[in-house]
Amino acid sequence: MNDAANGRRGALPPGVSHSQELSGRLREGDYLADEGLSTAIFLALKLGRPLFLEGEAGVGKTEVAKVLSRVLDTPLIRLQCYEGIDVNQAVYEWDYARQLLHIRTAEALGMTEDRARFEDELYTRQFLVSRPLLRALEHHGSMPPVLLIDEIDRADDEFEAFLLEILSEFAITIPELGTIRADRPPVAVLTSNRTREVHDALKRRCLYFYIDHPGLEREVEIVRLRVPGAEEHLARQVAQAVQNLRNMDLYKPPGIAETLDWTEALVALGAKELDEDLISATLGSVVKYREDQQRTMGRALSLLTGAGGA
Amino acid sequence: MPETAAPPPMLDAAVTFGRVLRRAGLPAGPDRVVEFVRAVDELDVTRREDVYWAGRVTLCSRPQDAEVYDRAFRLFWDGDEPPRKILPPKGRLSVTVAEDSVQPPKKTVEKNERGEEAVRLRYSPVDILRKKDFADCTPEEFAELHRLMADLNLSGALRKGRRLGPAPRGSRDARRTLRDALRTCGEPMRHRYRKARDLPRRVVLLCDVSGSMAPYSRALLRFMHAGVASGEPVEAFVLGTRLTRVTRELSSRDPDRALGEASRAVEDWSGGTRLGDTIKEFVDRWGQRGMARGAVVVVLSDGWDRGDVAVLAEQMARIHRLAHKVIWVNPLKAAPGYQPLARGMAAALPNVDVFISGHNFESLEALARAISGVAKSDR
Repeated sequence: MNDAANGRRGALPPGVSHSQELSGRLREGDYLADEGLSTAIFLALKLGRPLFLEGEAGVGKTEVAKVLSRVLDTPLIRLQCYEGIDVNQAVYEWDYARQLLHIRTAEALGMTEDRARFEDELYTRQFLVSRPLLRALEHHGSMPPVLLIDEIDRADDEFEAFLLEILSEFAITIPELGTIRADRPPVAVLTSNRTREVHDALKRRCLYFYIDHPGLEREVEIVRLRVPGAEEHLARQVAQAVQNLRNMDLYKPPGIAETLDWTEALVALGAKELDEDLISATLGSVVKYREDQQRTMGRALSLLTGAGGA
Repeated sequence: MPETAAPPPMLDAAVTFGRVLRRAGLPAGPDRVVEFVRAVDELDVTRREDVYWAGRVTLCSRPQDAEVYDRAFRLFWDGDEPPRKILPPKGRLSVTVAEDSVQPPKKTVEKNERGEEAVRLRYSPVDILRKKDFADCTPEEFAELHRLMADLNLSGALRKGRRLGPAPRGSRDARRTLRDALRTCGEPMRHRYRKARDLPRRVVLLCDVSGSMAPYSRALLRFMHAGVASGEPVEAFVLGTRLTRVTRELSSRDPDRALGEASRAVEDWSGGTRLGDTIKEFVDRWGQRGMARGAVVVVLSDGWDRGDVAVLAEQMARIHRLAHKVIWVNPLKAAPGYQPLARGMAAALPNVDVFISGHNFESLEALARAISGVAKSDR
């Protein structure tokens, strides 16, 4: 184990010392990262900095966190952000029901004489319910956990400011208990769909990477890797069709997630070759707006022609 | 400098590179440069790709940064040309706009400055001003109007937030009940309650600045500034031949500075409109991803559309499905006997909830009321 060499910060998987090796590991974990992304992940792990990922829906931002937890063999702790999320849902909450029960029990047994001590007892760790952020800091193990803060753009500004503190100190102060500090900072991955601009102060603490839609060859490779049931020919046809769809000015251009859904649907139907009928039958798994479907239906055949082909 | 203890060459180069980037318009502060050096340290300094990506992930923070970064990188590290002389113009000047595209009403400001009119109108009573058509207002009156606009309350209709706050009734608030119970020896004498708090909806303002709207765009832009600067959740966009987001530019408290920055950001004042296409761009890039969802969307336009009207109709239908309420403000509506004859206007109306004029201050007050959900169309 060369964990110690990594110091308090940083958490590279054992035996990985540069980004190409990491890229190989990610591939073993069923994730294909191009050079930029694997360098970004490598640096995030090595420097112990949060990784901030932006990109269209379905390009595999969340997947990065999942594959990291597989590669590092550590738990994935996920915080899904939404409007109005607050400390009680993200960090901790006191377990009031248990506290009340405790008071009742103590009363029944006549143990409430020493009031100050009794009250202290109410605010101890056993009455605290951990939410994702606290759980990530309290994790003990040879590898820090992967902390996924998903869709940060959905949370409010105030919550962002609050995250700032946690992501730079990796510590949380609970007034009744004191400060809880992580043994080793978790591997933090933040994702955003860019529904709004996330504050610069938060981005500054992170490494930033924008994930784009993949090119044809890489998408074929991804399909082959993730849907082993699909044959090379089908995978290529699907990838080509999706590339064409992305150029069709749709309301929601399909992401990789949709490509994979579509391929799985086709494989489930036992398809070996993509044709017009199959496209019409399965289009719902890749194009999910009625207007987009209408636009696509008439041109189902043109989806099949490659950029270089006829 | 060359005589002192030489810093590692990489650090030196990185600091200079940071300076080059800053001049090109990337906010690459010293903290980011330090991070960049640490990143390169972990990689292979001799590999171009490693240095490139180390900088890409530490010095950039927006997709559009990549372009400036790439150009700077090529010039600086690949040594195409001496960076200092070449970069500044390429980096920053490419985003600023040529002088002559600045908002035209500025010229009228100068022209009228000497006019008698100005003095006379200073004394014009406020309620006349409130009813006066923006197209007939003088610069002094605009200044007066802006003070009035700053007092408009542009908060959107209320919606239920997720966050709970104390309330006389609602669901039980265990935290506060228990805290009170401790005071009475663990006996919860008084139950506390909490309820979802009401929050104002987001307001999205889309202002048409094409040629036909020129008499009004200055006043409407001031109106947008009043909204954005109020601190309520208000987003502002300008629709010309293309879409420009001006929320950031308008957020400065000083109205002159805010309007100046906004007009520099917009490249197509008083051009033609492709209303349908620009609104489509709004829905594609911002609206559908979340900005228009549950929001109050306000379109300030006379509805003249040089593009395909079917596009506009379709896009308005999309906005209508996403938004809480769609308000259309048309300064021409105030004219006696107005009929929505502009093809774009007619196409958009089926998907508009509230249709009001917006040619003078009073009608903007009506707009503010409509935004907060109390007013209907001013028929």
